Amino acid sequence: MSTEAPEQGMGLPPATSALRHKDLLGIDQLSAGEIALVLETAVAMKEIGSRSIKKVPALRGKTVVNLFFEPSTRTRTSFEIAEKRLSADTLSIAIASSSVVKGETLIDTARNLEAMNPDMIVLRHASSGACHLLSRFCRSAIINAGDGMHEHPTQALLDAFTIVERRKRLAGLKVAIIGDLLHSRVLRSNILLLTKMGADVWVCGPPTLIPTDVTRFGVRATSRVDEAVRDADVVMLLRIQLERMEGAFFPSLREYFEVFGMTEARLALARPDVLIMHPGPMNRGVEIASEVADGPRSVILDQVANGVAVRMAVLYLLAGGVEHEEAA
Amino acid sequence: MKRLLKGGRVIDPANGLDGEFDVLIDGDRIARVGKGLPIDGAEVVEIPAGFLVTPGLIDIHVHLREPGQEHKETVATGTASAVAGGFTAVACMPNTSPVNDNANVTSFILGKAAEANLARVYPIGAVSRGQKGELLADIAELHKAGCVAITDDGHPTATALLLRRALEYAGMLGIPVIEHCEDTSLKGDGVAHEGFHAAALGLRGIPGACEAMGVERGILMAELTNSHFHVAHMSARASIRGVRKAKEAGISVSCEVAPHHFTLTDEALGTPIPYDTNTKMNPPLREAADRDAMIRGIQDGTVDVIATDHAPHHLDEKNVEFDRAPFGIVGLETCVPLTFDRLVHTGIIGLRRMVELLSLNPSRILHVPGGTLSVGAAADISILAPDLAVRIDARALRSKSKNTPFDGWEMRGGVAATIVGGRPVYVNPAAGVAL
Ligand SMILES: [Zn+2]
Ligand SMILES: [Zn+2]
Repeated sequence: MSTEAPEQGMGLPPATSALRHKDLLGIDQLSAGEIALVLETAVAMKEIGSRSIKKVPALRGKTVVNLFFEPSTRTRTSFEIAEKRLSADTLSIAIASSSVVKGETLIDTARNLEAMNPDMIVLRHASSGACHLLSRFCRSAIINAGDGMHEHPTQALLDAFTIVERRKRLAGLKVAIIGDLLHSRVLRSNILLLTKMGADVWVCGPPTLIPTDVTRFGVRATSRVDEAVRDADVVMLLRIQLERMEGAFFPSLREYFEVFGMTEARLALARPDVLIMHPGPMNRGVEIASEVADGPRSVILDQVANGVAVRMAVLYLLAGGVEHEEAA
Repeated sequence: MKRLLKGGRVIDPANGLDGEFDVLIDGDRIARVGKGLPIDGAEVVEIPAGFLVTPGLIDIHVHLREPGQEHKETVATGTASAVAGGFTAVACMPNTSPVNDNANVTSFILGKAAEANLARVYPIGAVSRGQKGELLADIAELHKAGCVAITDDGHPTATALLLRRALEYAGMLGIPVIEHCEDTSLKGDGVAHEGFHAAALGLRGIPGACEAMGVERGILMAELTNSHFHVAHMSARASIRGVRKAKEAGISVSCEVAPHHFTLTDEALGTPIPYDTNTKMNPPLREAADRDAMIRGIQDGTVDVIATDHAPHHLDEKNVEFDRAPFGIVGLETCVPLTFDRLVHTGIIGLRRMVELLSLNPSRILHVPGGTLSVGAAADISILAPDLAVRIDARALRSKSKNTPFDGWEMRGGVAATIVGGRPVYVNPAAGVAL
């Protein structure tokens, strides 16, 4: 398999030759060139997924542990398929947060896993920084599959891949991200990635859900959804967490939909070829109307499909990084 | 036995002294301070040129953890840490297990302190029984047993009414109420200062207003009751503003700032070690404007005291996810180097002001002995080396816990020796004072 045949016209900065990191803890640590490398590698990985035999031996003999402290069928399944397509030996461990309370710390769990000598650990955890903590105590490569309200780097990479697939570039695009900005790891990874790649990023939500000093990330913030959507190339909706939001951060779900919900009428302000994205799972009729979610401009299912290719790229490149360090 | 400290620079703001004087110690008392004192059978201790001889430093905000949390610290290890940090006395917080809300616990702590026989220990009693925020603790009984102040530290006093009554009652006894200022509804489940760095790291925020609300409430209650209100570990610029105005209005309020709040900012949350739980304390490390406001308050006299909020936690408790880790860091052994390095050598304060902040004002606020080298006073003396090169090594701390964000820091200024009641209780071998 070759990674040196990037499709013409991806419109990205020159890719670096390798991903020289032990872990993927966040987009924060990646340069624009490294992001380009992942996206270009994902093109080749997507091609593998379209073959009748969807398997290559790239990670043969490598052990990957998917360690999930939060339930997430979508992300876990996506990683599992990616690992299997690369021929890795995989093991998925789902730990209910209730069993963590009993006294075994994250570090204990990690040390027990390390004793079995895995090459990579894919971690999903409710605490921001859990992956950083793990990486300080583990030899294995750590891949962040979502840590608290911090980052979800593979989601941002697959979102970028989906945009580039349709628009052939990221630089100069107006991307509006609308919803619960405060608690969203998808938001943080996306604004880091999109601003590094030169997109014009707008974030929008009720003032109660906008993080402090968010404009210091180089994005524009507004609570006027029309302003965010106007002439947008991409509109990305973020999930509203139904359980704890209503009454605390905004008055009601009905009112939220009224003020911020993405409808066809609102989308008329965007560019005609606007892409509609959502990291899932969606609340139809809260952050997004069904006709928008299922409409012709929605690329929400492409996001899911591309998730596998992008995660294959990350696994493949990080495994190369591991070899690289061992040889050095 | 007599000891003559010869050749040091004596700084004793209470007596307006700053210059080269000899200090004669007779037994546990200061016998004379003067130029060229006769040896007269005393053991002579040569103080190297440039070293300071000051009244013993007093840390009025320390968590000694005993009884109940001896895996973090004990009175013995905590006072060993204190004297190694140049402190001859500490006041210890009541949030132990059981809480210091009755004379038995106070006496237990004092017994342990006598056993350890290092720094003097002044217990601080609880405002409320069990620190539950409902009923007043036995405040007069606590005072009689040796408590020098009351507080529900760890948490704010539960209600304005309880704080009012505590101030009224403490006022009768002539002791201050020390307040951990915080509006709990604004704090929520916050773990770090609400600002750019917490936002970037995905950590729940605690705004500065959360503390300032508690400061303003306390100032109003102090005005209402005419009692002395002391603000613990101040961190937010709005809090300083509140205290400054209250002092101008003649309200009986004082305040303290911890070294980490005049040194670090919330940038430390992400660098050099991302999510280092040794940067998690309550109140949190705040943004540069807040840190600078602490420095200005120290400089202009708004801040009365530097106190460490020494909060030991076991490594296993800190080696967890950031949001699960307990708040707090150890501070006794890093306070003097940080004060020299960040405040004195930068020209922000002079040595006299340093001694006021670390010795004289603490003794006055808690009405405890010390804070001066007056003839007849207890011979509690700190010998400081302003130019000593100090490198903090967390593992080498005397404290049982090693939770410091200053591990590996190199600073100018340290402790040479500590004398309590005429008895050397700590001598720093690196400083070269033969005691
Ligand atoms: Zn406190
Ligand atoms: Zn405290």
